[in-house]
Amino acid sequence: MAVAGVLLKRSVSVIPVLGVVALIAFMLLRFASGDPVAQLAGDNADPAAIAAIRARLGLDQPLAMQFLNWLWRMLHGDLGTSIVSGQPVTALIAQRVGPTVAVSITTIVFSVVVGVPIGVLAAWRRGGWLDRFAMWTSVTGFAVPTFAIGYFWIYLLSMQFGLFPVQGYVPLSDGLGLFLWHLTLPTLTLSLVYIALIARVARTSMLEVLSEDFVRTARAKGLPERIVVFKHALRNAAVPIVSIVGIGIALLIGGVVVTESVFNLPGLGRLVVDSVLARDYPVIQGVIVVFGSAYVAINLLVDLSYSFFDPRISQQ
Amino acid sequence: MSEELLDIRGLKVGLSGEADGRRIVKDIDITVPSGGIVCVVGESGSGKSVTAFSVMGLLPDGLRPVGGSIKLLGEELLGASTERMRALRGSRIGMIFQEPMTALNPVMTVREQLAELIEWHSDVRPSKAEVNRRVLAALEDMLLPNAPQMMHAYPHQLSGGQRQRVMIAMAMLLEPVLLIADEPTTALDVTTQKQILMLIKDLVKRKNIGVLFITHDFGVVADIADQVVVMQKGAVVESGGADAVLGHPAQAYTRLLIDSVPKGITIPTSARELAPDVLAVKGLKMTYGHRGLFGRGRVTHAVRDAAFTLGRGEILGVVGESGSGKSTLARCVARLMKPTSGEINLLGTDIAAVSNETLRPHRRYIQVVFQDPYRSLNPRLSVGQSMIEGVVNFGASPQVAREKVSALLELVGMDPQVMHRFPHEFSGGQRQRICIARALASEPQILIADEAVSALDVTVQAQVLKLFADLRSRLGLAMLFITHDLRVAGELCDRIMVMKSGEIVESGPTAEIFANPQHTYTRALFAAAPGRERLQ
Repeated sequence: MAVAGVLLKRSVSVIPVLGVVALIAFMLLRFASGDPVAQLAGDNADPAAIAAIRARLGLDQPLAMQFLNWLWRMLHGDLGTSIVSGQPVTALIAQRVGPTVAVSITTIVFSVVVGVPIGVLAAWRRGGWLDRFAMWTSVTGFAVPTFAIGYFWIYLLSMQFGLFPVQGYVPLSDGLGLFLWHLTLPTLTLSLVYIALIARVARTSMLEVLSEDFVRTARAKGLPERIVVFKHALRNAAVPIVSIVGIGIALLIGGVVVTESVFNLPGLGRLVVDSVLARDYPVIQGVIVVFGSAYVAINLLVDLSYSFFDPRISQQ
Repeated sequence: MSEELLDIRGLKVGLSGEADGRRIVKDIDITVPSGGIVCVVGESGSGKSVTAFSVMGLLPDGLRPVGGSIKLLGEELLGASTERMRALRGSRIGMIFQEPMTALNPVMTVREQLAELIEWHSDVRPSKAEVNRRVLAALEDMLLPNAPQMMHAYPHQLSGGQRQRVMIAMAMLLEPVLLIADEPTTALDVTTQKQILMLIKDLVKRKNIGVLFITHDFGVVADIADQVVVMQKGAVVESGGADAVLGHPAQAYTRLLIDSVPKGITIPTSARELAPDVLAVKGLKMTYGHRGLFGRGRVTHAVRDAAFTLGRGEILGVVGESGSGKSTLARCVARLMKPTSGEINLLGTDIAAVSNETLRPHRRYIQVVFQDPYRSLNPRLSVGQSMIEGVVNFGASPQVAREKVSALLELVGMDPQVMHRFPHEFSGGQRQRICIARALASEPQILIADEAVSALDVTVQAQVLKLFADLRSRLGLAMLFITHDLRVAGELCDRIMVMKSGEIVESGPTAEIFANPQHTYTRALFAAAPGRERLQ
């Protein structure tokens, strides 16, 4: 089947998923306790003023109408206006999206670049010192909470050695060096758990593949061991690794919130926390929809990448 | 006399951990001349594959050569550096394996897998056009059809025979002097096996290479060997010219191996009395196919209009190559899958279309023994647990079940004490006996043996075939015996059906089919049986 056909089919199948994401984002807050209008109007507001605010925000209409209105505007690129600041939600998200995306990308890239080779080499020399060291460290990676790792890096690398800034964010437009310099500690903090996760999955997947007949064939062909391991075996072990990277990106969204707080990065995670505390519905909904869509898009890419790594998958 | 190409002298292989512990291979001497095929024959565990992998320097972890010498054109290989062995593998020594399904990398195209061999074994990186030209020439040399398209195919798009040809093309690409073939035709159909054997013989003649050919099948030996080395328990028991060893084996073990090769018909042709039918199948169809989202999709007719009957105490052979639909037929009859249409009349009840719930009481009358005894027993249950489970399932008390299981184990020639042991403690033949005992536990009327002896060594195969014949005469069991090997079917079956592409192309009493095969396909199967000329 043509690649374009598969792409189209899979993309169409994503639409209902996005609809469900939007519905959940919408309903979640409607059923949460606390009335934003009362909060907005202040303690001494009279019922008439509250009703006026309610009508202005469209909150007096039936739920179904509110949802459809919201969906309709969203399709036109309008996520609504913040109840608190009065700014458009899209503008708020646009301001904050940079640091979050930057930390996410550096974390995933760094985790893959470090985690995959560790897992592969651990499997290749199963039971050797690297294998034992890597598996022991990965347990630590899972066990220690993210904020603790963050403070550890700040103490060691910033305060003791003065290598990196303690906190803050510099946009890419100020120069790549400065940008990466500020992202180093947040990346190191967030990646530890992903390196552990990816290394473990890569190791398990590789152990299975390395015992397959075609690996023996590759050796019988007189190929150098690095080609046998990294070309023949790794490509066959790729599908589970790619899946876990995809899941990793989804989990990252939660991890980012903590890391942004520790390193004082003005990202989406902080925006969510602030909006939840202020019951700023439109902003929370908007961020959930953006995160949800990003996650769905990543999943789609992961699915499509399977047939790139394993040609047998696209046949079915 | 041609020059000595490979000279193995006093080779010993032991476990890495033990300095003077067990020897897996003991004092082996084998010489392979240029232009000659040396067959190393033995059963599983005889050390024949270990010998082959020693030459490649690719022994599995835990094994290492502890003595002797292996010389290729005078160069000692046992002490050679890793780098030197890597350079020799693929370029001077080519190797092909048993399972062409798994021996090729599933995610790389045929071209990629051949091209890297050229790239990694040349000092100067050759141009892409040059690589393509050589890959194409190698594939065409193996008589692969549509070689230009096949270059860009993935292994799963090829048939078993095509994959093995690609493997041979890969092994021969850099014009090695020695080809090591480890059971290269064991997993192939007989007709494909014949073609591959002819191809290897032809290569030896054309390119004057030496071949070290590992096999367990004296039929194959008879077809291609110049020299024969017989191995048992890690030692060489007999070696010599093929005609001498095949014609006048000096050792009893060699004689046993040769005699165990199924020869075809051994049953007296006296017509059996007509017994009442226990199974009658009519118009059975099984169609696979999934419709795509947009309504298209391929449909495979695995079985078309099969019709046959099976009498009490009768053994009916179903013979065909892979893809002929014989296993699908067996699975439909056992109702492990639901046929698309047709009638399966089991002891007076049509079970073709009934629900699983209605089927349950009838299941005990049909039992199946599968090909792979290693995978069909639950490794975490003791043999007794595996067997008692089934008996209790059909309503017996655990005490009664236990007694019954002991009796069954004795029936298949095993000590009832083995009940407390686990599957991994048994050999393939013993496991297959256990599987048969388990199948008999529900007192079936019909036993379906789906390639039940194909994975076994020839001597074990002969014993299991004897057991089947014995069970038939003692219990009056009817059997549907599925096999790809006409010779095996001839040894056991009263009647034979030959299947091709889902259709029964010929059926009749075994003696008639052997004496006078009607269909061209049946004749082709006979012609392809290995060792036909030399072993009769």
